[in-house]
Amino acid sequence: MSSLKGKGWKELPIGAVIPIPATSMEYKTGNWRALKPVLDQNKCIKCLLCWVHCPEPAIIRHEDDSVSIDYDYCKGCGICSNVCPVKAITMVMEGE
Amino acid sequence: MRGRLIGLNGDTAVAYAVKQADVDVIAAYPITPQTIIVEKLSEFVNNGELNAAFVPVESEHSALSASVGAALTGARVFTATASQGLALMYEILWIASSLRATVVMALGNRAFSAPINIHCSHDDAYAARDTGWIEFFAENVQEAYDLTLQAFRVSEDKEVLLPSIVNLDGFILTHSLEGLYVLDDKDVREFLPPKEPVYPIDPEHPITYGPLDLYDYYIEHKRQQAEAMRSSYSTILKVFEEYSEFTGRKYEPIKTYGMEDAEVAIAILGSSAGTARYVARKLRKEGKKVGVISFTLYRPFPASKLRKLTRGLKALAVMDRSYSFGSPGAQLFMDIAATLFNEKERPLLFNIIYGLGGRDLKPEHVEYVFDKAFEVAETGETPESEIWIGVRE
Repeated sequence: MSSLKGKGWKELPIGAVIPIPATSMEYKTGNWRALKPVLDQNKCIKCLLCWVHCPEPAIIRHEDDSVSIDYDYCKGCGICSNVCPVKAITMVMEGE
Repeated sequence: MRGRLIGLNGDTAVAYAVKQADVDVIAAYPITPQTIIVEKLSEFVNNGELNAAFVPVESEHSALSASVGAALTGARVFTATASQGLALMYEILWIASSLRATVVMALGNRAFSAPINIHCSHDDAYAARDTGWIEFFAENVQEAYDLTLQAFRVSEDKEVLLPSIVNLDGFILTHSLEGLYVLDDKDVREFLPPKEPVYPIDPEHPITYGPLDLYDYYIEHKRQQAEAMRSSYSTILKVFEEYSEFTGRKYEPIKTYGMEDAEVAIAILGSSAGTARYVARKLRKEGKKVGVISFTLYRPFPASKLRKLTRGLKALAVMDRSYSFGSPGAQLFMDIAATLFNEKERPLLFNIIYGLGGRDLKPEHVEYVFDKAFEVAETGETPESEIWIGVRE
């Protein structure tokens, strides 16, 4: 889709067709977010409940089962923060 | 005149044209007064005369949805409906044109309910006017046949890629037997080569149709679609010219009678144009300078052509076979008023409502309209609102 990015109406393919497959990764939905999850690695017990519940999925699981948050796609729904049994994820206002 | 003279009703003539167009897919739901079209096509498919997939859907919403999907695979697609069926298709009308799905649809013009009525009004044709479909109006059975063939050529042209509607007045044309010239299959194949899709749906080359398209792209796509509709006009002219030359039957966006020196005129759509011309010819013999303007092409609206035609005209009666509740006039009236507003020299306009639900438009009604037009031209005063004719007070 990068080849279509920012194109004007004279150049875009007709009918809103995207003539290249698998382009959804290029659509970064992270800027929809109002509240941002912040993870405290010191509190995390690697239970992976956040990873299981994230609807995006914007929780990145690492080799050692530690996690981090993919802010390019996290929409800030707060489910991870809600399911975390040790309150390791706090939702803060975006920009704070 | 190329072709063979036979007798068919409007619906059968359309079905015959669709068969000759060698469509791949027909998805339609029967509704009066277009039922014969779908019945005939299902017969053609069933008896092997037409090698097409006939999809007997459960509603018009599904009929058009299936048609859109089929058209996007690259198939040549036809559907037909009327009145309530068109209303049920409404959301898909926009989707078809916006995805640039080249479906051709016959619309057997019928009044919207309630109260329920199966006869002619142009409510359904007008309901589609903003949806991005090209719209043609047939005046007789010959035109219903000819326009159906031309609609495929126009819609599928790479410069256009928009769906088309061929309007034919319910019962007055759909069910009337008339003589018409039909082309040989060979001639149709010459005029209408197989469809070549631009972005066919193909598992080997996956693409996305109908993506989420927010504030960052949507307006570009609408701008693009607006241009497609506007510029389709030149392709329509080309196809009309080519078909006219090929068949000896002349097609133009606007048909005129007496407009060279007319003082007053009527603008009208569909089969009633014949009645208007019949009366106009009679009045001409009495020395009255009257004219008739009828639209073979309704969308894109042939605005610049209309501006040229109406120069020097004193009064124009715009006759609508529908009503737009609460609007400053009915639909054709608003189209024409907007078209002529910025002209330095323009006729006085007034709006006539006629023929709703199949009420006959009689020659004496047309005569009354011409008389009224002369009165408007002489006094310079236009009626405060639309005039309903053929209605009991």
